[in-house]
Amino acid sequence: MLSFIARRTLLAIPVLFGIMVVVFLLLRAIPGDPCTAMLGERATEAACDRFNAANGLDESVFVQLVIYIKNVLTFNLGESIRFSRPVTQLLIERLPLTTELALSALMIAVGGGVPLGILAARRHNTIVDTGTMAFANIGVSMPVFWLGLMLAYFFAVVLKGTPFALPPGGRLSAGVFPVPYYEVWGWNLTKGSFWARSNEYISNHYIFNTFITAQWSIFGDAVRHMILPAVALATIPLAIIARITRSSLLEAMSKDYIRTARAKGAKESRVVTRHALRNSLLSVVTIIGLQLGLLLGGAVLTETVFRLAGVGTALFDAITGRDYPVVQGFTVVIAAGYVVVNLFVDLSYGYLDPRIRQK
Amino acid sequence: MSKKKTIEILEASAREATLLTESPISQWALTLKRFRGRRSGMIGLGIVMFLVLTAIFAPLISPYPPNEVLIGKEDVSPREKPCVHVLGCDAENPQHILGTDANVRDEFSRIVFGSRVSLTLGFFTVTIALLTGSFLGAVAGYIGGWLDNIIMRIMDVVLGFPSLLLAIAIVSVLGPGLRNALIAIAIVAIPSYARIMRAQVLSIKETDYVAASIALGATPRQILLRRVVPNALTPLVVLATLGVATAILEAAGLSFLGLGAQPPLAEWGSMLANERNNVFTSPHLVFFPGLAIMITVLGFNLMGDGLRDALDPSLNK
Repeated sequence: MLSFIARRTLLAIPVLFGIMVVVFLLLRAIPGDPCTAMLGERATEAACDRFNAANGLDESVFVQLVIYIKNVLTFNLGESIRFSRPVTQLLIERLPLTTELALSALMIAVGGGVPLGILAARRHNTIVDTGTMAFANIGVSMPVFWLGLMLAYFFAVVLKGTPFALPPGGRLSAGVFPVPYYEVWGWNLTKGSFWARSNEYISNHYIFNTFITAQWSIFGDAVRHMILPAVALATIPLAIIARITRSSLLEAMSKDYIRTARAKGAKESRVVTRHALRNSLLSVVTIIGLQLGLLLGGAVLTETVFRLAGVGTALFDAITGRDYPVVQGFTVVIAAGYVVVNLFVDLSYGYLDPRIRQK
Repeated sequence: MSKKKTIEILEASAREATLLTESPISQWALTLKRFRGRRSGMIGLGIVMFLVLTAIFAPLISPYPPNEVLIGKEDVSPREKPCVHVLGCDAENPQHILGTDANVRDEFSRIVFGSRVSLTLGFFTVTIALLTGSFLGAVAGYIGGWLDNIIMRIMDVVLGFPSLLLAIAIVSVLGPGLRNALIAIAIVAIPSYARIMRAQVLSIKETDYVAASIALGATPRQILLRRVVPNALTPLVVLATLGVATAILEAAGLSFLGLGAQPPLAEWGSMLANERNNVFTSPHLVFFPGLAIMITVLGFNLMGDGLRDALDPSLNK
């Protein structure tokens, strides 16, 4: 198993490298330059020259690429042209929100989708099956921003004054500030050091931070703010996961080994969980991995609806404003996340299906 | 074998042959029959037909022109709640069954006309993506070699990005607007068609009837157009139907972000986006356009699923 993990991890490196190069080249292949985007259409040539020199855009594309790759490898993602701040700082502030949002959504999608799929398959061709699949079909057809707005309306306006009311936007209520765990525990961190910034990054996961430091009221506030965006973002993946779980479980249940298991007198619950489900999980896990791209696209819309300052909205602003360093930095980090998730998917294949480990 | 026996056998096979020709059932008729047996597919078809009819007869169905501002013409205010006379709304008030929008236009008329925008958009994006994608896939699969490698690696790169983010990037280069959003969504969709077409071409290329055509002196173009493409159509038709659903959803997303349809065009996504800050006071202006998007997408999704089941008999258990 260990050599399997090592092999898979090494394979991810050229993929990451390729993505870095492609993002870099794509951004430069498209027309429109950051100078006019930042200084306006009527920027003079001299102003543009100064701007390009200040941002290293006057070098040849190849030199820019080499500098860029060197910088990425040393965790230096450049400075945002728009905000004049390091891209890493923007990431420290914005990535944790999107990570928490995506993870919460994924948890809801898996936690809801897999049981629903099992239920539909176990009650194949009954009203439960039809109902579940109708729900799944409607789920994949809903625009995520519409669902988000409707949820916000329902939980913030219709249910206002009831215990079920939920905030329609933002990350925390006004005036609420979580204390980072390193301050709670009295750690002495040198400001600006790599260690301090890593801790700042980790503590910006508000739900996690308030949980480990037992700031319960703030924890509750953060969770309550997360519910609606996460549910909105989770709906489409949930529906897809439910459909895949159902069809692959149905397929597995028709196999000979299920008949064998039943014939030897295994309990039906054991037949389903140990024999059928485990064999159908492979395709379910694949689909879960593939949902990440969907979650990221959806995050742009969800964060816009719920006014959250996450990676999605940042990337949207950076793309439309041609903030090259931000687009590059964020895309590389997202791509890295994508690769890591798929690595986990691959590794779970090895866990679920021992035959794959041998190859 | 006696002569009599031989004649008997010949007669029997002749009878069988006539039996077969008497009720010929083509592949398409079989598909249609199977499609009819799928309830969800038929529901999808029903929804799509309903939408197409709505789009065609939009001027007859809608009580007002979609962009007519009713200030001074009627006693209504902006963002008026729905008023249906049959449901107890005061008969003195003008009837607006889905209310009015911020510019005092009849919301129902705009939603009816919006079906034209969404269907046209879905149709054109899928047509562009289908033609470009299957052309690239066919060339890659048929010619192979380095050309295949280059085309498919580019397709892999496009597929590697979250599709909405890539569409945002393309629109931000081309400039916002419905036409550019359409192009962006089409580009993002090309790789799926290219991949399927390539896979089909690769398998069909090896069949005996293609070998026979080559032996008869057919040119590569003839083989591609007459032999390969017709046989590769099945999965492409399914993908195209489902693609309309995706395209409409993505276009609505782009419009929601302000990159797609621009005012005053009655497009569901932008109608919804314009009113999103008023969702707490006038939820109907967000609810109905979104519902229209959902029903449309649902229709194409159901129809696509039904078609896939009908066209692929191996799925019928």
